[in-house]
Amino acid sequence: MRKTGCSQKHIKDMSLLKYESQIREPLVDGDKDYHQVTEDIIRPIEAKPSRLWYIGFTISALLLLFGVYSIYREVTYGIGQWNLNKTIGWGWDITNFVWWIGIGHAGTLISAILLLFRQGWRTGVNRAAEAMTIFAVICAGQFPIWHMGRVWMAFFVLPYPNTRGPLWVNFNSPLLWDVFAISTYFTVSLLFWYSGLLPDLATVRDRAKTKFRKMFYGVASFGWSGSTKHWQRHESLSLVLAGLSTPLVLSVHTIVSFDFATSVIPGWHTTIFPPYFVAGAIFSGFAMVQTLMIILRKVFALHDYITIGHIEAMNKVIVLTGSIVGCAYLTELFIAWYGQNPYEWYAFSQNRANIFSPYGWSYWLMMFCNVVSPQLFWSRKLRRNITVTFFMSIVVNIGMWYERFVIIVTSVYRDYLPSSWSTYYSPSIYEIGFYLGTFGLFFFCFFLFAKYFPVIAVAEIKAVLKTSGENYKVKMTETEKKDAEKFYIEEVAHEH
Amino acid sequence: MAGGIKKFVVACFDDEKVLFPAVKNVRKAGYKIHDVYTPFPVHGLDHAMGLRETSIHTAGFIYAITGTTTALSFISWVFTNDWPLNIGGKPHFALPAWIPITFELTVLFSAVGMVLTFCYLCNLAPFVKKHVFHPRATDDLFVMAIECTDKTDDAEVQNFLQQAGATEIKVESAETGWWIGRYDREQKLYRD
Repeated sequence: MRKTGCSQKHIKDMSLLKYESQIREPLVDGDKDYHQVTEDIIRPIEAKPSRLWYIGFTISALLLLFGVYSIYREVTYGIGQWNLNKTIGWGWDITNFVWWIGIGHAGTLISAILLLFRQGWRTGVNRAAEAMTIFAVICAGQFPIWHMGRVWMAFFVLPYPNTRGPLWVNFNSPLLWDVFAISTYFTVSLLFWYSGLLPDLATVRDRAKTKFRKMFYGVASFGWSGSTKHWQRHESLSLVLAGLSTPLVLSVHTIVSFDFATSVIPGWHTTIFPPYFVAGAIFSGFAMVQTLMIILRKVFALHDYITIGHIEAMNKVIVLTGSIVGCAYLTELFIAWYGQNPYEWYAFSQNRANIFSPYGWSYWLMMFCNVVSPQLFWSRKLRRNITVTFFMSIVVNIGMWYERFVIIVTSVYRDYLPSSWSTYYSPSIYEIGFYLGTFGLFFFCFFLFAKYFPVIAVAEIKAVLKTSGENYKVKMTETEKKDAEKFYIEEVAHEH
Repeated sequence: MAGGIKKFVVACFDDEKVLFPAVKNVRKAGYKIHDVYTPFPVHGLDHAMGLRETSIHTAGFIYAITGTTTALSFISWVFTNDWPLNIGGKPHFALPAWIPITFELTVLFSAVGMVLTFCYLCNLAPFVKKHVFHPRATDDLFVMAIECTDKTDDAEVQNFLQQAGATEIKVESAETGWWIGRYDREQKLYRD
């Protein structure tokens, strides 16, 4: 027998992994072969964009322009344009920052953590989710940058020998940790996403008819050929990048939570923040993935690849993480009381949970959207309902935005000095405009991505097609009756 | 070698179940597989072809510890030596506070280094143009390229591949160079 590579035992185990039980839903519906998969996914790229695409693209471009104007106002006249004031130094801007960063987390979770857990269903959604991550992180990054006020001095955050005496940045500060965390997260996500895209871009290149396409995708695909050795390295690279991204994504929101948790502001100074923020991030991110996927599968007719099974799997994650978030809310409330710190308890009992306090409504809105409403997904019927899922994804995203709003604003609008409690903070049109502008930026990027890049990982779908495709699973029924040993002899042994 | 012309017999297979025994038989018969191009990673094909394991993950580990060392040594030099800041009388060597940045740089170095290494090893970069043996190799065909030497009778090879189940066979000449790839050196001999 063969001497190189892995042992017989190992191959046997691997072959059994290839076999998938009939109980599992197919990941790819319909009668597909490899070519059909390419056709289905690449066709939208080769066709002219639909009217819907133009409308969406124009709206996002307009929103983006409004955002640019809002930023222009802010840069010219200062942070006061945002109605930020003496006690409320962080308002919508940092709320939006944390919200966008949180949304990004689902993409990495799908592409990295689910890869390590060998979840086959990730293949249908990972590409678009990773793109979402990258665009969401770009949007998130805008807020702390423009919040600096004198944005032309943003380079002060970089550790370099400078002319202000050899004074360095403060490596002990969570805000600097954020700089490192967010920029690393962006870089690694981009590399992970793009290295996965290379083979699919090569597929588009090799199908290209026009000269421009040939050139564009030729440059973009880096000359990928599909050589076995390249695939072997590619697999290894993806696995290690997944292994790196997994602790990375947990670290990013942990560090974001440190921005709050290491301070001594009542309502922020809690040790529960890191896991609570990470769970919330995944929760809101999956909601955003649902929103985007439901639109994508409709617009590009990708029902066979983003199946109800995919939607259901993501809804399961939503109900799990939503419940973790709910536990965290109750835990921090309990600890605020149990800890017997009057300031902490005041922040929770009066600033937040008291519905008659100025921002009490936002706390209960958050509770309803994040804790109560996802419980609907315990029902299988509702989990598999597209309309309910779409509606819920919006509700969850509103809820998660309010979570950050509650954490930030209700903790700072009443500080230790009651005489400075006077203001009721509401955002200015330019602060709202900036937020809408990032929506414009996000969808601007996403529309371009959906038009010019394969929104589903073509190669990865092909790799699971014969184990999880509907038409192939039917043929497996016979195989299922055989025992594992027989299966090995007949199906696999000849391969080696 | 650049500038030379090499001849290849290119065989297309449309099913990986046919491809695996074909690879085995071709190697047994003593033909030299230049490469097999596939639209997706076919697990076990690298072993079937006798390629050795990649060690790109080892490179990743080395980059990672480089990142760790860079971060730790740099921050400790800055805060204990170059410009010690008195922050509430806390120790200058504040290791716990440096863990986040150290971790981030570890990941950053490792990821960037690995991707660059990957691109370097596979000759991938923008504007790189490689020889394409068959355009459908990135779509739905498994394309095997067998290198012909002076002694190879390509009619015989073609016949052999026909027997092995190839759906399409052609003879192709390609200018030799890095753009056609070169992995034959690491292919291990088939010993039954």
